[in-house]
Amino acid sequence: MSLEPANPLAVDPLLDDPETRIVVCCGSGGVGKTTTAAALGLRAAERGRRVVVLTIDPARRLAQSMGIDSLDNVPRQVPGIEGKGELHAMMLDMKRTFDEIVEAHADPERARAILENPFYQSLSAGFAGTQEYMAMEKLGQLRATDAWDLIVVDTPPSRSALDFLDAPKRLGSFLDGKLIRLLMAPAKVGGRAGMKFLNAGMSMMTGVLGKLLGGQLLRDVQTFVAAMDSMFGGFRTRADATFQLLQAPGTAFLVVAAPERDALREAAYFVERLGAEKMPLAGLVLNRVHSSGAAQLSAEQALAAAENLDGGGIVDQPPGKAGLVGNSAPEAATDRATSSGPGSPADQDGVRADTAAGAEQEKDADEEVPVPVEELTAGLLRLHAERMRLLAREQRTRDRFTARHPEVPVAEVPALPGDVHDLAGLRAIGTYLAEAGTGPADET
Amino acid sequence: MSRLQVVSGKGGTGKTTVAAALALALASRGRRTLLVEVEGRQGIAQVFETEPLPYEERRIAAAPGGGEVYALAIDPELALLDYLQMFYKLGGAGRALKKLGAIDFATTIAPGLRDVLLTGKACEAVRRKDKKGRYAYDHVVMDAPPTGRVTRFLNVNDEVAGLAKVGPIHHQAQAVMGVLKSPQTEVHLVTLLEEMPVQETVDGIAELRGAGLPVGRVAVNMVRPALLGDAALRTALQSPSHTAVAKALSTAGLGGARRGGKAERLVDPLLEQAGEYAERHTLERAQRSVLTGLGLPLHELPLLTEGMDLAGVYELSALLREQGVGATA
Repeated sequence: MSLEPANPLAVDPLLDDPETRIVVCCGSGGVGKTTTAAALGLRAAERGRRVVVLTIDPARRLAQSMGIDSLDNVPRQVPGIEGKGELHAMMLDMKRTFDEIVEAHADPERARAILENPFYQSLSAGFAGTQEYMAMEKLGQLRATDAWDLIVVDTPPSRSALDFLDAPKRLGSFLDGKLIRLLMAPAKVGGRAGMKFLNAGMSMMTGVLGKLLGGQLLRDVQTFVAAMDSMFGGFRTRADATFQLLQAPGTAFLVVAAPERDALREAAYFVERLGAEKMPLAGLVLNRVHSSGAAQLSAEQALAAAENLDGGGIVDQPPGKAGLVGNSAPEAATDRATSSGPGSPADQDGVRADTAAGAEQEKDADEEVPVPVEELTAGLLRLHAERMRLLAREQRTRDRFTARHPEVPVAEVPALPGDVHDLAGLRAIGTYLAEAGTGPADET
Repeated sequence: MSRLQVVSGKGGTGKTTVAAALALALASRGRRTLLVEVEGRQGIAQVFETEPLPYEERRIAAAPGGGEVYALAIDPELALLDYLQMFYKLGGAGRALKKLGAIDFATTIAPGLRDVLLTGKACEAVRRKDKKGRYAYDHVVMDAPPTGRVTRFLNVNDEVAGLAKVGPIHHQAQAVMGVLKSPQTEVHLVTLLEEMPVQETVDGIAELRGAGLPVGRVAVNMVRPALLGDAALRTALQSPSHTAVAKALSTAGLGGARRGGKAERLVDPLLEQAGEYAERHTLERAQRSVLTGLGLPLHELPLLTEGMDLAGVYELSALLREQGVGATA
């Protein structure tokens, strides 16, 4: 198999190790991060651990695949787990999580004042970074209860995978920052010698902010800040604690990617960033990898062989390939004519022939006449050539990553034709993930 | 086509590539487009294989027929300073604000403000005219946040309404919404023929419509070529004669057809690949019919086997033109 990783990631030992308490799945959007998190959680549970999966924004189907119609901010037990372990799943509700923090750390009257503040309502519902911060907060809470052997976290679909690490600090530095102190107690800062310009800056700033946002918003912010005063230290402390938790030996980061240029570039950045932050990286999960049981036959050989088959036999359709390509949607014909990409001339010919003979082809399909074996075989060979080209491209993309980071262990999950719909599907992905660490599969 | 073209899509669907191809397609025949990026990812620079873009409009590509594509990576901090400069003539004061963290506050913390600045800059480019009264750009194409966040991002009015009830930000938001909710704007969604992206597209369209934002077209990206026709596919699935296929492979020059021969050993893996292809094909057909049911114009763009590069972007833009994009001003 051409894509067998040189440095396989041993997933089962990682999941089985009682020292592993947190697994964080990160990576760019659309690479199957949430599915990976769910599959890892299921596998760990079925290997006997008590697991909770914290997802951020799961597709409805994924929640359903765990037998839960709608996930919410409380861990729900997933039914149908085999073995002694347990799987629980939850979805982060950032507003709810923020509200809970306020309720837990302020007396009821003050809590109500905060919760009713318009600035708070908007802040908690989604300023850039709240989701990331609350994911960290929730992770800290789950870890603190010690009710779980293992917490698997999926990271928010950020504009960049790095936001997950940056946002808590950003919120922390905002809450700790000069601006907040100025808003709360301008006199304290302005009183220092040589800091007069700050005073001027301050009044100008509140002036400008007031002008820009309207005085009422500024008052809302000031009221909010005053009400939150007692909690600021707590926010900062907890953000720091969670950050340290992520650096601790019990945490394992898995960078999730697909064998595509952008996803792997993002993955490489993430690997570097984790290294810089001293976060423990366990490896790379590469989803949607293609393989072939006939990898010994190259794309060129397959296409040449298909040409040979086209040459003999069929005389009623000029290029002889029409029966092999196309589908019954006539409007698809035009786009197909251009779908072959920068392929070989042979490929282009085949597609053009198909467009020309589209109508005739449809008739054949309706009559359910089996196509001659030469046509069928030529089609199988073209399909194979396409597969081999895809394999080669994935290999090149992956080689580029491996060249930069040869030390990162890799687990691969093959491309599946459809989405995961149930536990069996998640289980299958878990099996693929684990197989990466047990040596190359025996292919003949 | 509307003057402001907003392109969104689920992560991994290639929305930046499609936005770039659209900007090129709309710039054909001597027109000028501006491609705008709002998420600070430098995705446009990557697509056009250039250095990271500064916060300034610069020519990034030539379109067939003498057109030009300009690009702009909007930086919310600089956009705010710009804005302050424009309306309040605050040069050094702006820098002092930055020192205090006020700019940071305003652009990352103050909810909605950041989005007002980003969409505001794009709308300004849409409305801008030169001295002769002609529009500076024929079209502005925005590489917007992903489907899950795009409605919230564009619906800045609702976002800031509860907060800034008066003041310039309030007016700015009103002006921006005036452009975004008008026929001057179209929001397009990029998807793949897979369940999750299609579901997100369906949900996204409902959200956009619910917010009164004009939905444009759906672009199906990375469509795989149909390599095996329905008849051949059916034959492949109806367990065709193993020996016959082996013989055909052998005839084609791929070795012996005997049991264990080179050609014979290819039969099972090849049929297995046909089975996988069939499964995917069926799924894709179902997803395509979901998309057709949306009643929106649908564009299909092929998966480029050799991977996406700048030549590929030109190829996609040519296809968009063939499919009628940019045919009329």
